[in-house]
Amino acid sequence: MAAVVTERTPAPAPAPAAAPRRRRPVPAWRWLIMLIAAVYFLLPLLAALRFAGIKAFGTVFTAAGFGSSLWLSVRLAAVTWLVTMVLMIPTTVYIHLRLPGLRRLLEGITILPIVIPPVVLIIGVLQVMPLGLRATVWMLPLEYVILAMPFAYRAIDAGLRAIDIKTLTEAAGSLGAGWLTTLWRVILPNLRTAVLSATILIVALVLGEFTMASLDLQQTFPVWIVLFDQFDAQMSVAASIFALLVTWLLLMLITVVATRQSRRTGGGEVTLFTVAPRETIGN
Amino acid sequence: MPTNEIAGNETTAAKGTTGVAGLGDAAGTGHGTSVSLRALTRVFGVTRALDEMSLDIAPGELVALLGPSGCGKTTALRIVAGFEFADSGQVLIDGSDVSGVPAAKRDMGMVFQSYSLFPNMNALDNVAFGLRMRKIGAAARRKRAAELLEMVALAAQAGQYPHQLSGGQQQRVALARALAIEPRVLLLDEPLSALDAKVRLQLREQIRTLQQRLGTTTLFVTHDQEEALSMADRVGVMRSGKLEQVAAPAELYSRPATAFVAEFVGTMNRLPAELSADGKTATVLGITVPVHDGALAAGPADALVRPENLTVTPAEDGDGIVTGRTFLGAVTRVAVRLSGDTELAVDVPSTAALPMGPGTAVRVSLPPAPVLVAPRGA
Repeated sequence: MAAVVTERTPAPAPAPAAAPRRRRPVPAWRWLIMLIAAVYFLLPLLAALRFAGIKAFGTVFTAAGFGSSLWLSVRLAAVTWLVTMVLMIPTTVYIHLRLPGLRRLLEGITILPIVIPPVVLIIGVLQVMPLGLRATVWMLPLEYVILAMPFAYRAIDAGLRAIDIKTLTEAAGSLGAGWLTTLWRVILPNLRTAVLSATILIVALVLGEFTMASLDLQQTFPVWIVLFDQFDAQMSVAASIFALLVTWLLLMLITVVATRQSRRTGGGEVTLFTVAPRETIGN
Repeated sequence: MPTNEIAGNETTAAKGTTGVAGLGDAAGTGHGTSVSLRALTRVFGVTRALDEMSLDIAPGELVALLGPSGCGKTTALRIVAGFEFADSGQVLIDGSDVSGVPAAKRDMGMVFQSYSLFPNMNALDNVAFGLRMRKIGAAARRKRAAELLEMVALAAQAGQYPHQLSGGQQQRVALARALAIEPRVLLLDEPLSALDAKVRLQLREQIRTLQQRLGTTTLFVTHDQEEALSMADRVGVMRSGKLEQVAAPAELYSRPATAFVAEFVGTMNRLPAELSADGKTATVLGITVPVHDGALAAGPADALVRPENLTVTPAEDGDGIVTGRTFLGAVTRVAVRLSGDTELAVDVPSTAALPMGPGTAVRVSLPPAPVLVAPRGA
């Protein structure tokens, strides 16, 4: 801020503090690691791009099944997101407020979907799934909710740890707010960053999930890519790159929006697994 | 230290008229609310956080609950607020039992120890939140919230978010938020303990002035005796879930009812004493003095005497040795060791303390006023 003053006064030489800070040179080994990582991640992409060719990108959008499978995946992501949020937010809030002793247990339970193979999960789900849902496409989001649970729980849990939820709830209560109002007006707005983190993870998960969709015989976008690969490998690769790009753009968008929102109210930056705790000025 | 005693109540009305315009109505509901805790008992596992605790708070009074951590003071406050429930006993507000009423319906303003502002709302919206819950129109609640922010001298910060405010400012907004709903009772749960010393002192005075102006019945919990003595009309000293004594600050200091109160509030010396057969007098430092509430049996005991009630003079044949001096301004606290290893603190006018360097032989004496006695070493 002091720089604003010196800007308008022409004569005095800029104070040493105002001079641009010299950055310390980045050591060579860091560049080396960056380079190795870049080669590892980018080389396959470049190879795929080269294989697909530019022409494939022009025709992929009109390919049979492209639109419908992508639309299906987007709808599945939306439903999965909704069910996950409605289930996980109140549960996690309740655990934090009333049963903090169970937090460990819940952490253990929510990690299970990562440990258990998808095939086993599906067989399990089929056992308990109501008959009416079994052959429909709406079975998938219910499975995805389970798959998303570890990520969603961790994101929301981190968000709740960053705020003093007990005091905020009590403060809202003493001011006359019921629990639903407290959840909606006080807790949720302060979980925005965490919810967006969870959203990123859910969207990425659903748009990329293949095993369950394929076993359930639903033609989601990833399934369509694999099927289409048998007719036109180039176009299939183009579709994959397109999907990657769309997901990446979506994640960037959510991250930027969420970070801007949370800066305003002093929240942390949006990252995938944690939410940086709020900072408070001293006295 | 405890000078403001009950001075508050007489001046409240006069101050009220000079208050911020429009807040005359605000004070309205605050007046006339009495609070009674009746034999509250709360057990957590094996500890009795509250043990048949009873307390009556008069309308407009500020009562501080003072005690070491774990004495049950916060539990008592949280039961009044409705965040905890008593295993037995009642909380009466204006004579009616609110034990079954949820916190949201009790009309109590609360300021918490930790920062409790809603991070997603600016200062104004925080203050207006309780009014919104009461379905007051947007324009009216903004106006009133602005008035309250002005009252805590934060009108300029209305648009700032909690993370942009200092700790002291946050607690002032929290106070304004609690007062905005025109609470029947104001509950303060160590609201100053997270602040640094200077801010704490300012805010202490600000809270007291506001409370007197609005006449809101207030229950204040603290572990800081200075805070309790300087702010409260009456102070209740708690220990192990029970109230040891409830009294005006000056009385608490000069006439503590129990040895615990005596030693918890202010500095207290223990002097070896010998109780007479009837327990009504004691021999301390070679003189015989009357004893308060002689309930102890004859024999050895401890007399409790404040540093300012002892005198010390240099004397070649005295049985005390000066071991240290602390300059406190007008007075100097002289540390003396008597034969028999009794350590004492004696407050002496600073000029009189000059010749008493460490190692000086001194004689400590006691005026023939009544003393409080406690079982030896207890």
